[in-house]
Amino acid sequence: MQHELFDCPMAQSLNRSILMKFSDEFETRFAEMVPHYPTKRSALVPTLLYAQDEVGFLSDEVIAELAERLDLPVLEVHNVISYYSMLTTKPRGKFNVQVCTNISCLVRGAEDILHHCAKKLGVGHKGTTADGLFTLEEVECIGACSWAPAAQVNYDFHENLTTEKMDKVLDEYRRKATQ
Amino acid sequence: MADLVSHPDEVKVVSRRFGQGATNIDRYLEMDGYKAVQKALGMEPDAIINEVKNSGLRGRGGAGFSTGMKWSFVPKQSAKPKYVLCNGDESEPGTCKDRLIFEHDPHSVIEGVMIGGLAVGAQSAYIYIRGEYRYLLNIMQKAIRDAYAKGFLGKNIFGSGRDFDVYWHGGAGAYEVGEESALMESLEGKRGIPRIRPPFPAVVGLWGGPTVINNAETLASVPHIILGGAEWFAKIGPPKNGGTRLFCLSGNIAKPGVYELPMGYNLKKMIYEVGGGIPNGRELKAVVPGGASCPCLTADEIDVNMDFDSVAKAGSMLGSGGVVVVDDAQCIVKFALRTMKFYQHESCGWCIPCREGTDWLKKTLVRFHSGGGVMKDIDNMRYLAENMLGRTFCPLGDAAAMPTIAFVKKFRREFEDHLEGRPCPYEEEGALQQVPVMAH
Repeated sequence: MQHELFDCPMAQSLNRSILMKFSDEFETRFAEMVPHYPTKRSALVPTLLYAQDEVGFLSDEVIAELAERLDLPVLEVHNVISYYSMLTTKPRGKFNVQVCTNISCLVRGAEDILHHCAKKLGVGHKGTTADGLFTLEEVECIGACSWAPAAQVNYDFHENLTTEKMDKVLDEYRRKATQ
Repeated sequence: MADLVSHPDEVKVVSRRFGQGATNIDRYLEMDGYKAVQKALGMEPDAIINEVKNSGLRGRGGAGFSTGMKWSFVPKQSAKPKYVLCNGDESEPGTCKDRLIFEHDPHSVIEGVMIGGLAVGAQSAYIYIRGEYRYLLNIMQKAIRDAYAKGFLGKNIFGSGRDFDVYWHGGAGAYEVGEESALMESLEGKRGIPRIRPPFPAVVGLWGGPTVINNAETLASVPHIILGGAEWFAKIGPPKNGGTRLFCLSGNIAKPGVYELPMGYNLKKMIYEVGGGIPNGRELKAVVPGGASCPCLTADEIDVNMDFDSVAKAGSMLGSGGVVVVDDAQCIVKFALRTMKFYQHESCGWCIPCREGTDWLKKTLVRFHSGGGVMKDIDNMRYLAENMLGRTFCPLGDAAAMPTIAFVKKFRREFEDHLEGRPCPYEEEGALQQVPVMAH
């Protein structure tokens, strides 16, 4: 490895052959993306998010794999991950319910939506339901200000919310998961 | 996906293709698509820059700096490649306009970066879109692929003998990355920590090369300027404030939405006529005129024209076009607290006045809102905020300090109403809710 002095021992101990395998879609995109930049590491941030979308979170294996591919020390990849709010090294539910409570949403009842979700799901901020279906997260502005209050479930926007509408949204995701 | 609105006072320039299916490249071509870049290919770089300068186009991300001027700072000769970078990290609370541009008219942004590239002598551009906007990143990827397939991008564009590449890039959740030097760090695969300036990005930017960084709305305006002419664009707004703005009306307003109005449109008219006024029989209490970082205006300060210079004269900023309307049922202390929680959460921690200042202010506001504030906190908050101003590497510190100073100054009485032992007068009895604490 190129940066073994800075690499964490755990990553070094991992056998390359058992590292991550990603989907073909991921590989195609990765292969397309890397030559877009004069430096390999420039692909890091979007790549981390695409990897997280596949695996559910940024596991040690994912991090070691991407560090290897982009010629970075594992520690440096962790350093970058810790900066971005969408990136997580902890597993979370199948559906990440992100309720915005920033100013435009706040004045249109976002806290009621958030508390309603917390009550319905029985979890607090960054908590995951026992069945692993939902994680609840209070998030900063998601760019839905004119359609407030709003939430994102994974990448899908749900806007002009009321507690009743939020119920329907959550029920629909639960139905999708159990089908 | 997001609902579109309209009003007779709108002047549709940037939004003229919204809802018209312009994500389809053939449809875009039917609506004057890629004509501007072909025209620009026949112009001298200085002529493009002058046209943009004369149009009075100013940065739509918030700073309001002359776009043509910014382009003119890029050195003509450079040993390193030059770049154009589109800032689509839209995350200023109250702002949701770039989202509509990417959703409805992605090719206008591609054309904008191409024209910018021709003006400054760059051969490649990056379009950075915030991570939360995944569906827009997909739209942009397709738009770029379609443009390559038509031969509008790549080698020998439009048979001009010139090459131009455009790449998409996605973020992963960070307000700070909307600041231009942090944006470059993020694009280079690093934490979004601002760079100290000088050198400015126009001289030393992405990978050390001269870089022009513009907001998506700014770039989407450029093709219209090239086609319609600087004079036409400049005349839409008042002097030195050319064109239109996508104003994002949000908050306690009857008809929220993104409206494209001429620069200098009166704020009072915007709220009461375009936005339909304050619903539920409530009265206006305050307006944040240009996104969370702009000092609020009180109900009797809203007779102001929404252009960069007039709003600055009124003691605030036109900012990013996010007009957040607050009615008299809202608690300003809570509103100030939520604003500060945001800045505290998003501060990158690189410099002390911002990292510590936002945290102190948040803690003070939490205490205040929960009934534990004391009189001297009010002046302390203002003192703290005033000492953050101008003392940070990037404007995030200012963005946190400016609204706080305005809240404390303009709504001191409301802060006093929250003094020790008194419950928040705006919370329902027995239901004193705290804004949930972010655990990040």
